[in-house]
Amino acid sequence: MNALLEDGTIDQETAVEQFLRMDRLPHIWCPGCGIGTAMRSTIEALLEMNIPQEDLAVVSGIGCTARTAGYLKLDSFHTTHGRAIPFATGLKLANPKLNVFVFSGDGDLFAIGGNHLIHAARRNMDIKVICVNNFIYGMTGGQVGCTTPTHSKTSTSPYGNYEPPFNLPFLAAAAGAVYVARWTTYHVRQIKRSVQEAFSKRGFCFVEVISPCPTVYGSRNGFPTGLDMMKYFKANSQTLAGADPRDVGIELGGKIKVGKFVDAERPTFQNMLSEMWGDIGLQENRMVEAE
Amino acid sequence: MSKERGVLTGEHFVNGDWACAEGALAAGCRFFAGYPITPATEIAERMSKRLPEVGGVFIQMEDEIASMSAILGGSWGGVKSMTSTSGPGFSLMMENFGLGLMTETPCVVVNVQRGGPSTGLPTLVGQADMMQARWGSHGDYEVIALAPQSPQECFDLTIEAFNLSETFRMPVLVMSDEVVGHMTEKVTIPRLADIRLVERRKPTVPKESYKPFQPTEDLVPEMCNAGEGYFIHVTGLTHNEKGYPVITAEAQEKLVRRLVDKVRVNVDRIIKLEERFVDDADVIVVSYGISARTAKSAVAMARAKGLRVGFLRLITAWPFPEKQILELAHRVEAFVVPEINFGQMAREVERCAAGHALTVPVTHAGGDIHHPEKVLSVIESTLKLRVKRQVPALSAQ
Repeated sequence: MNALLEDGTIDQETAVEQFLRMDRLPHIWCPGCGIGTAMRSTIEALLEMNIPQEDLAVVSGIGCTARTAGYLKLDSFHTTHGRAIPFATGLKLANPKLNVFVFSGDGDLFAIGGNHLIHAARRNMDIKVICVNNFIYGMTGGQVGCTTPTHSKTSTSPYGNYEPPFNLPFLAAAAGAVYVARWTTYHVRQIKRSVQEAFSKRGFCFVEVISPCPTVYGSRNGFPTGLDMMKYFKANSQTLAGADPRDVGIELGGKIKVGKFVDAERPTFQNMLSEMWGDIGLQENRMVEAE
Repeated sequence: MSKERGVLTGEHFVNGDWACAEGALAAGCRFFAGYPITPATEIAERMSKRLPEVGGVFIQMEDEIASMSAILGGSWGGVKSMTSTSGPGFSLMMENFGLGLMTETPCVVVNVQRGGPSTGLPTLVGQADMMQARWGSHGDYEVIALAPQSPQECFDLTIEAFNLSETFRMPVLVMSDEVVGHMTEKVTIPRLADIRLVERRKPTVPKESYKPFQPTEDLVPEMCNAGEGYFIHVTGLTHNEKGYPVITAEAQEKLVRRLVDKVRVNVDRIIKLEERFVDDADVIVVSYGISARTAKSAVAMARAKGLRVGFLRLITAWPFPEKQILELAHRVEAFVVPEINFGQMAREVERCAAGHALTVPVTHAGGDIHHPEKVLSVIESTLKLRVKRQVPALSAQ
């Protein structure tokens, strides 16, 4: 727990504000959007963990969720579409002391960036990935994506989506993630706990946060406001801790299975490297020394 | 392992790709992310063997997009970083090369050029990526690209590329080619003390007032690393000095003009040329990389015949030596430009000559180097044109 917060010197809001670039607010997100909720839960998780702020770095790609990097008062990198994970990989390998996490959207991480996600998971790269899944490309005005439930209407599936969506926890788990959880923005405490669990583990950890996008997804699919979607999340979420990730796919209007699905241990990329070469501390060792 | 193994002082009989890797290590490169591709694979192989010996990290990424992204991350992590590739991979790197330019991230990209377009000639030489090096990413920008002509220069210019990347806070290209990359020659690696190394210009202002994109006098901003408590924001969006996105025409003008100007106003610090016999020349052969070596033989043959032919080698391909070409254009009749493409740098020569001298490209689609005899024949036919002296030449008869 943050010491100042604990001894009452500052209140919770002030503590949260210390993680925000207050000079960049208000944010760009629409009323009813869940990205801010996911960001707030993440901040609260980090606050309680008391990781020094300078030891955290956030990397994002492109899209609504990716704008989070610009609001967090950390070393923050808003990179190109889909490439947050390889950028984060380089950052983490160059400075292993950093707690590097990726905060980005479903289209960014699983469509254009899908290849990088599965390879980082396979390597068990020591980075944490928080994926806000709103079923849609929000920034560009609501096009169908790789997570859009079948039959959903979007601006590029006006007659209904005729493709099946990815099941993100199953994909992350199959690729080798050592921690996989899913919650909705209705589950703010659970998101916080999962983020803390992910940051407490070594290796590739994945947290999916299902979020309303009333503006361009909900409005076309029977959830005209953020509140409508939150009510749907509340009524239809089923917590199934330890469920087989293959069984947690999402259907339009169906149940949303949430919970922690994977919490495993296997050697990380960094473990494998130091097993062979000892502790490779690039920061200390990187410059050539005089003969 | 001893840290001195970063610099393998001594004489070696090695190829250009090997020398490129050793140049990177000598420059202090300790992170390499890459993807196998002919004819650049030997650089990745050498780095995978050598980096662990000197406390660095090698990672083979899932593709070249990831490789380019990873070295940008590595650079912000505070480590000199490099990737290497050839044509198809170079195409894939272009978007994130642009991110590196926009976010002013020092790093080095080596392109061992092969014949293109597309898969083209994986095992055979080309020089047709020179314009892609200049304009391959979207938007307006300036680049720095160096063109080695030998394994020795692969070593020397890779170090220089790292120095330039740290000096000007930008990705720098080493535009090698298949023949230079695969040719085996003597490479002399000096003692570490005799190698000029440029390190990152760190912030000189208090943390609270540091702005990661605030230019200093030479238009280059100072750079902190992630993890030092500056809480920087770095974005590919158009941004202000603080790094915050500003989506206006004014911010675009201010940022992009500075990114362009930081190279343009510093061209004299960047450009390196090799000149031979230019003082009395009627025709100057302008070339770079492996084509410059062929061209040099042709110039020697011409001189042996008593022809007044000069030689200009672009060690720095980009920024292009506009001033130098224009100045020479006033003195000579023509430029002859051999290169393994259909006239990419020749167009630049022609543009900069601005009508004061003729430009004659010596073209080749790739797969082989020019033969000196071919270049010589173009020199001779160009000399016969007597473009500028046509009238006096006639009157003398």
